[in-house]
Amino acid sequence: MLLIPCPYCLEERSEEEFAYSGEAHLRRPAAAAELDDREWGDYLHFRDNPRGVHRELWYHAAGCRRYFNVQRDTVSYRILQSYPIGEEF
Amino acid sequence: MEKYSLLGLFRHARRHHEDWPPAWRDPPPKAAYEVVVVGGGGHGLATAYYLAKVHGITDVAVVEKGWLGGGNTGRNTTIVRSNYLRDEAAHLYDFALKLWETLSAELNFNVMFSPRGVLNLGHTLQEMRDIERRVNANRLNGIDGEMLNAAQVQAKVPLMNCSPNARYPVLGASWQPRGGVARHDAVAWGYARAADALGVDMLQHTEVTGIRVRDGRATGVETSRGFIGAQKVACVAAGHSGVLAAMAGLRLPIESRPLQALVSEPLRPCLDTVVMSNAVHCYISQADKGDLVVGAGADAYNGYGQRGSFHVVEHALQAVCEIFPAFSRVRMNRQWAGIVDVCPDACPVLGKTPIAGLYFNCGWGTGGFKATPGSGFVFADTVAHDQPHPLAAPFALQRFHSGALIDEHGAAGVAH
Repeated sequence: MLLIPCPYCLEERSEEEFAYSGEAHLRRPAAAAELDDREWGDYLHFRDNPRGVHRELWYHAAGCRRYFNVQRDTVSYRILQSYPIGEEF
Repeated sequence: MEKYSLLGLFRHARRHHEDWPPAWRDPPPKAAYEVVVVGGGGHGLATAYYLAKVHGITDVAVVEKGWLGGGNTGRNTTIVRSNYLRDEAAHLYDFALKLWETLSAELNFNVMFSPRGVLNLGHTLQEMRDIERRVNANRLNGIDGEMLNAAQVQAKVPLMNCSPNARYPVLGASWQPRGGVARHDAVAWGYARAADALGVDMLQHTEVTGIRVRDGRATGVETSRGFIGAQKVACVAAGHSGVLAAMAGLRLPIESRPLQALVSEPLRPCLDTVVMSNAVHCYISQADKGDLVVGAGADAYNGYGQRGSFHVVEHALQAVCEIFPAFSRVRMNRQWAGIVDVCPDACPVLGKTPIAGLYFNCGWGTGGFKATPGSGFVFADTVAHDQPHPLAAPFALQRFHSGALIDEHGAAGVAH
């Protein structure tokens, strides 16, 4: 059971309040129509899956209902930091 | 290899069972092999066995960082079925199911395959329509399947709460009589013993730390016991496939998550089939020694910790108690998680990679156990001929670039 610090609520809350939204800092390609199949497939389906620190997007569904980013170790499950959308580490 | 038989059992009994030979050797690694299989779970061991048995390639090592069958092979809920919706998946899983039916004789090892039937419950009108569509698709593919209404389900499983007053009433189910369960450890041990007898080396406690690639071709693996050369490297590492792929500079469309299961204290026989429910999310069967084996969900986020979140277990047990009120006071004995390799379309990635001589068999996600023999068979064929087996071809990595995904989220059982 994770205790996730929401950077907006400034509080650690149980993971059941949150929804996981996958890898953080993905950017939809600006010129999507110009991508070939390989680039488009990479964007759609291929994600970082590290055994170690992972940057991920979370949604505080049962709280402030805002998205934010988390850096979390996928082995120890330690949350290194959480930070608002727009920031990047 | 000593052939297991009733006569042998008597012979060893006379000697107080003190002189059984080890089921497989524990050889030191050779400098090089024709094929190195990375991962000593059911799929990897089956791959090694069929390489030796069907293709005559016996210069094979299975490299395993822990012990054989200690990963997801020993952590699943042992359900075997083939009622998948899409043709590609249905053919592959049914091919596996047919191998299950003769596996004990094939391996001279009792894998305790018990075709006791699998029920997939429907709780809503839409779910019943989806189930009916899947049953029809199965029958068109020559796979057994029937639609049951609530009364028929009740007759099969008297302990189930099929009352219309349930919070999520059981409206009916699909029924696959050929499905069932098997003894998971025995599958690993049976394949390991049979492969060993054909000359395959089992290298346990040997962790792969790197994949050596030269001029776009895999030449071997770095391990905790030194470099092992290989003409072909076949990776079958489930949840850790992404870690292996990164060693060769590849990316996979896979995310790794803990999937939980738990078993109860042993009970008298009370459930003689397999019950699965996607909507309330649980699956349950009773092992031969009496424990209820309960499958829970996967964590919603990536993780390599083999434990999983508590609320996931809580949710699964709520569902079990809803469907089987009589189990509400059963005590659970053990809980664990395995790291499953989840693919965007809930289907495996099976075949060649952009690196010559490097093959991956992964992405089985939450439902790989049932495919073990089929997966090993078609993967061995793919590795032996450097050409995808016809059943494996649709599951090539290229589908994530061509767009030819095989969406099996409906039949996969565990929501991804």
